[in-house]
Amino acid sequence: MSFKFFGGVHPNDMKAPANKAAVTVMTPPQQVVIPMSLHIGAPCTPTVAVGDEVKLGQKIGDAASPVSAPIHASVSGKVIAIEPRLHSNGTMVNSVVIENDGLYTPCETMVPATEEQLNDPDAIAKLIREAGIVGMGGATFPTAFKITSGKGKIDTVIINGAECEPYITSDHRTMLEHPEAVLGGISLIMKACGVPKATFAIEENKADAIALLREKNKPDSGIEILQLPCRYPQGAEKQLIQTVTGREVPPGGLPAAVGCAVFNTFTAYSVYRAAYEGRPAIERVVTVTGSAIAEPKNLLVPVGTPVSYVIEQAGGFKKPAKKVLMGGPMMGNALYDLSVSVTKGTNALTCFAEDEDKTVEDPQCIRCGKCATVCPMRLEPALLYVFERKTDYEGMDKFHIMDCIECGACTYNCPARLHLTHSCRTGKAKMQAKMAADKARAEAEKAKAEAAKEEKK
Amino acid sequence: MNEMPKLTVSSSPHIRAAHTTQSIMRDVIIALVPAMAVAVAMFGVSALAVIAVSVVSCVFFEWGYRKLMHKSSSVHDLSAVVTGVLMACCLPAGVPLWLPVVGAFFAIVVVKQLYGGIGKNFLNPALAARAFLFSWPVIMTTWVEPNFVYGADVVTTATPMSFLHNGQLPEGISIMGTFLGTIGGSLGEISAAALILGGIYLVARKVITLRIPLSYILTVAVLTFIFPRGNDNLQWMLYNLFSGGLMLGAIFMATDYTTSPINPNGQIVYGIGCGLLTVFIRYFGSYVEGVSYAILIMNVCVWMIDMNFLPRRFGVSKEDEKKKKEAAAK
Repeated sequence: MSFKFFGGVHPNDMKAPANKAAVTVMTPPQQVVIPMSLHIGAPCTPTVAVGDEVKLGQKIGDAASPVSAPIHASVSGKVIAIEPRLHSNGTMVNSVVIENDGLYTPCETMVPATEEQLNDPDAIAKLIREAGIVGMGGATFPTAFKITSGKGKIDTVIINGAECEPYITSDHRTMLEHPEAVLGGISLIMKACGVPKATFAIEENKADAIALLREKNKPDSGIEILQLPCRYPQGAEKQLIQTVTGREVPPGGLPAAVGCAVFNTFTAYSVYRAAYEGRPAIERVVTVTGSAIAEPKNLLVPVGTPVSYVIEQAGGFKKPAKKVLMGGPMMGNALYDLSVSVTKGTNALTCFAEDEDKTVEDPQCIRCGKCATVCPMRLEPALLYVFERKTDYEGMDKFHIMDCIECGACTYNCPARLHLTHSCRTGKAKMQAKMAADKARAEAEKAKAEAAKEEKK
Repeated sequence: MNEMPKLTVSSSPHIRAAHTTQSIMRDVIIALVPAMAVAVAMFGVSALAVIAVSVVSCVFFEWGYRKLMHKSSSVHDLSAVVTGVLMACCLPAGVPLWLPVVGAFFAIVVVKQLYGGIGKNFLNPALAARAFLFSWPVIMTTWVEPNFVYGADVVTTATPMSFLHNGQLPEGISIMGTFLGTIGGSLGEISAAALILGGIYLVARKVITLRIPLSYILTVAVLTFIFPRGNDNLQWMLYNLFSGGLMLGAIFMATDYTTSPINPNGQIVYGIGCGLLTVFIRYFGSYVEGVSYAILIMNVCVWMIDMNFLPRRFGVSKEDEKKKKEAAAK
């Protein structure tokens, strides 16, 4: 039984040929650059120093905040620098640079969990945190925090296998090649959350994976494999919750507000490996694809590998690349420097040789409303566009600009080729700046009033 | 990979659906082909001449104004062609050919370009031009007899609307005639069948949804059925639906993107509004037809509709909204 989310678009999924390419274990590079911010939340502080010898899987960064995840070495070797380096998000982030010694000496901490640990929900959550596991779908929200903060509020665990974004096949390949491990990881997450049932939601273009998982799934596992029709952005958290449960996450709320927690397929796989192999989140499957790539494939990439190196492993560019995206074409981040590192959330590198944007000069809104019909949040991007251009705070607020999930469906569907999603992003930033300014002003006035009162006394 | 390739950086998403403003306008033109074909079959060369002059002058003014004002050319988006065809559709077949030129100037320059061009006008250019051309009322109401063989005879003929306006069922004109278009009238309005065919094409191509045309036509149907003049509700209703500009208006004019609401609820409100005003003007107005003025009046209400009929917010149920309103009222 599944419900339907609002709107949505049907872009050509472009999963072939990468969906047929088995995951290849990549030869790690000579040097990895591991940013100390690979998750949403507080950045980590390096726990190693320049000159230290580190082992594979050794913790090299940690933070005290619960909304964070430790970071581990993805190769063994020598720390040659700790300095700010360019991050894929465009900012300079403190990073640990490790010279690969080619030995991959495993760290002593990489041991499978004991039977006792695997039966204790709190121990599983702790193990997930220590392994540095975050939302591997790209959001990189710390998984352990999702579990502990939602405890008692959650009645439904949803595993996101929608992979609705075109081109990306990393989750698909993981399901096909490690079905038992993915299912095992789901069982552990269910145990940690204290929920007996989970729904594994997969879009129908991965029919082979659905069949295989149904075959491997034990009848008493409590896991339901749910086949969904293809529609973007089905894998967006709020939309997936709506599709699976019919519930709508309230504005500004977290999934726990409606009793749900959503975990990505690769997150479940990473949990399994952390528990049964002791392997922390130091590598991930990256789909390297797009019209510019010579041999589209799926690679198991150590975190911290430069993007340029990963692309070389897929045969490099067969045509000059116009655009290199970290992620898929709908929500991916366009890179301008290919020396940036693969992070925990990098599910794909999509490289375009053509101008897939079909950009037009001076686009003019014709008010067709095709943006509003596809918006999964039921917003009216064309009107938000007008308000954002005028910086009309009242209008942006009335039409709920802060609800925008930036999925890109409106922009995709705009016949006039307006940059609607970008406009919403800018509008949200303007609103946030204004809210912060209003708050600061109110506080300053309050302080002033209090000071005046004091003086009177 | 020593040499860094030059990469484009832009905000996501990075792919686009195939349709464009141009492809949508092309679809509208295709959808109008049956109506134009009927017009030419019924009125002959004179209809073709009116359509051709109207389209060419609309495109000319669109090009000329943008050129003169040093603005980017917008002829390729085909919206001026659509305006040209639509304006021709609501003119009588035998009009002198200077009339569509004047209309095109008013539609393109005054109504559309002075407000900033495509997407910025608040009135439907074709309908506004039609309203303006009523400065020549005699020309605008000289209906010619349709004639298969020769084309138009310049003989003034009665249209179904003139009968309806007098509160009578049309004499000598069958319902089938109004449906197929073997009647006198504006050249693109006569055949309801051809217009509905075009409408089906537009819906199938997802250029328009059924919300505006259906709510408009149903409102007119219900009102004319409940309040007939004479004894035959059904006949009265059918004549009202198939005569005059209703089909052209509901399918092609009221669905004009720029001058109709964006949100789905608003579109239904707008369609009902058009229907109410159409019947009101037909029943109580001094002019026989109400469609164009009904739509023009609703055009100016679009911003108000857009601002007031918001869709339900994601994650907020109707009860939640009610509670919030009550709390605010207190």
